[in-house]
Amino acid sequence: MKKYLINRLLIAIPTLIGISVVIFTILAVAPGDPMGEFAANPSITAEVRENIRKSLGLDQPIYIRYFKWAWAFVRGDLGYSFTSRSPVIELILQRLPTTLWVVGSAYLLAALIAIPLGVISALKPYSLLDLTITTLAFLGFSLPPFFSGLLLIIIFSVQLKWLPFIYDSTLQVTNWQTLIAQIKQSIMPISVLALYQGAVLMRFTRSSVLEELNQEYVRTAYAKGLTKLAIIKNHILRNALIPVVTLIALDLPTIFTGALITEQVFRVPGIGALLIESIYRSDTPVVMAITFIYGILIVIFNIIADLTYGFLDPRVRY
Amino acid sequence: MLNNKLKTNTVGTWWQNPYIIGIKRLMRDKMAMVGTGVLLLIILTVICGPLIYRTPIDKIDFSQSTLPPSLAHPFGTNDLGQDQLARVLYGGRISLTVGIIAMLVAVSLGTSIGAISGYYGGLVDNVLMRITDLFLALPQLPLLLLVVYLFRDIIKTIAGPETGIFVLIVLVIGCLNWMSVARLVRANFLKLREMEFVTAARALGAQEGRIISRHILPNVFGLIIVAATLAVGNAIITESTLSFLGLGFPPDVPTWGRMLYDAQNFLTSAPYMAIFPGLAIFLTVLSINYIGDGLRDAFDPKTKQ
Repeated sequence: MKKYLINRLLIAIPTLIGISVVIFTILAVAPGDPMGEFAANPSITAEVRENIRKSLGLDQPIYIRYFKWAWAFVRGDLGYSFTSRSPVIELILQRLPTTLWVVGSAYLLAALIAIPLGVISALKPYSLLDLTITTLAFLGFSLPPFFSGLLLIIIFSVQLKWLPFIYDSTLQVTNWQTLIAQIKQSIMPISVLALYQGAVLMRFTRSSVLEELNQEYVRTAYAKGLTKLAIIKNHILRNALIPVVTLIALDLPTIFTGALITEQVFRVPGIGALLIESIYRSDTPVVMAITFIYGILIVIFNIIADLTYGFLDPRVRY
Repeated sequence: MLNNKLKTNTVGTWWQNPYIIGIKRLMRDKMAMVGTGVLLLIILTVICGPLIYRTPIDKIDFSQSTLPPSLAHPFGTNDLGQDQLARVLYGGRISLTVGIIAMLVAVSLGTSIGAISGYYGGLVDNVLMRITDLFLALPQLPLLLLVVYLFRDIIKTIAGPETGIFVLIVLVIGCLNWMSVARLVRANFLKLREMEFVTAARALGAQEGRIISRHILPNVFGLIIVAATLAVGNAIITESTLSFLGLGFPPDVPTWGRMLYDAQNFLTSAPYMAIFPGLAIFLTVLSINYIGDGLRDAFDPKTKQ
C-alpha cells in the first residue's frame, strides 16, 4: 500500500510538470501582450514600459521564466497579479470560500438525492418509477447548465419573484434573517450544479447496482434465506457503491470547472469568475495559477480515486 | 470458386452481420428512434428553413427591439430588433457544423492514436498513453477559454473573422476530446491483434496498414460510432458554453450560445429571448444523447438480445 502510494506520487510529478509546461507555453507563445493596457496609455513612455516589463521579468527567455515560476510555485509563491498588484494567492483565497460553499453543497445535495434514486430505479428496472427517474436524469444531463440557470432565473426571480438572481457575496451570516437570505441566494446556483452532477451520478449508480443484481453471490444470499433488505443493504450496495465512490472522486475536479459557468450565470464571485475576469484582462499570473490549481486537483483526486478503490475493494491489491 | 466458398463460410450471410443486427436492435429502441426523428427534423429545418423563411438575420431596427413572439416574428426579436427565428435557424447551422467537425477531429485523432498504440504496443504504446494521460489531466474548460481568447486575434487575421474562429474552435474542442476514444480503440486493438484472423491476414502477406485499417478497425467501428455520437452532443454544448461566456464567434454571427449570452441582460424585460435558442440546444443535445444511448445498447456485445 505504502509502496503503491509512493509510486503513484512519483508518477504524478511528471504529469504535473507536463501540465504546467503546457499551460505556460500556451501563455508564453500567445500574441497577447500583458503590457497592452499600458501601451494604450499615452502617459507611459516606451522607456517606462520597458522598465515595467523588466520588473515583471518579461524580458527573459521563456524557459528561464518557466523555471523561475516553477521554483516560486513550489515555495508557495504564486506571484503578483498584473492588474491589481496584489499577491495572486490572496486573490484566490478571497474567492475560495464562495466557490467551496457552492460546489460543496451542490455535490452533497446531488449525492444525497441521486444515489438513493439510482438504487431504487435499479431494483425495479423498467417499472414506471424507473422510467420516470431515468428520463429525468437524461433531461438533467442534456440540459446545459447555462440554460438551466437562465430558466431558473426566469421562473423563480423574474416571474415568481421568490429568489434574488444576483449573488451578493458581501452578505455576512450573523442572524436568522441573513441566514435565510444566504440560503435564498444560494438555492439556484446550487441546484443548477446539483441537477447536472446528480443526473450523471444517478445513471452511474443505477447501472452499477444493475450489474451486481445478477451476480452469483446475490443468488447465494437469497438461497441462505436472507431478507431482501439485508441482501440489498449488506451485499449489493457494498459492492455497487465502490465504483460510485471512485466516480465521485474523479468528478470533483470537473465540478470545479463546471462551477465556472454557474458562477458566470448567477454572478457568483468565485474562483471561476476570477479566472474569466483574469483571462479578459490578460492577467497571466492569475490565469496560470488558477488553471494549474485545477490541474493539481485533477491529479490529486485521480490518486484519491485509485486509493479509495483499493481501500473499499479488498480484491484489488497493490 | 474456393475463395467464394470460403468467404460465405467465414463472413456469413448478411443477416448475421453484427452491424445489421445492431441496427435492427436500434430500430426497436423507441427513445432512440424518437431522438433520430427529432434530430433529422432539426437538421432539415436548419438546412431548408432559411431558404423558405427569408427574413434577414442582421437587419437592425431599434423600433422593433425585444418584441415578444408574434406572427411577423414567430420567436420575437432581440435587443437590436433582429428576427430571432432567422437567427436560431442560422445559429443551428453553425452549432451542428461545429459539433460534427469537432467530433470528426476528435474521433480521427483518437482512433489513429489508439490504433497505433494498441497495434504496435511496446515503447510507442507507452509514450502515446503517457501523452493521453497528460491530456486527461489537463483542465479542459479553462484551457479552452484560454486558447480561444489568446489566439483568436491572430487566427482572425490569417483566416478571416468567421472561418478563423470556426477553425480555432473546432480544432481546440477536437484536440481536447480525443482521449476517451483513443483509450477505447487501444484496448480493443490490444485484444484483437492477438486473434487468429489477424495472424491469418499477416500470413497472407497483408501489410500492416492494411491489417489495421481493413481487418481490425471494422471490428471496433461500433464502439467508435457510439463515442462519435456522444462527442457531437458534447462539442455542441462546449461551443455554446464558449459563446455564452462571450468567447465564441464574433457578435454579429448568431450562434445559440451567443444568443443566450445576449439574452442574459434582458431576462426581466424579454425572457423569451433566452427560451428559443436554449430550447434549440437542449432538444438537439437531448436527441443526440438518446441516439447515443440507443447505439450503445445496440452495439454493445455485453447486452443480451
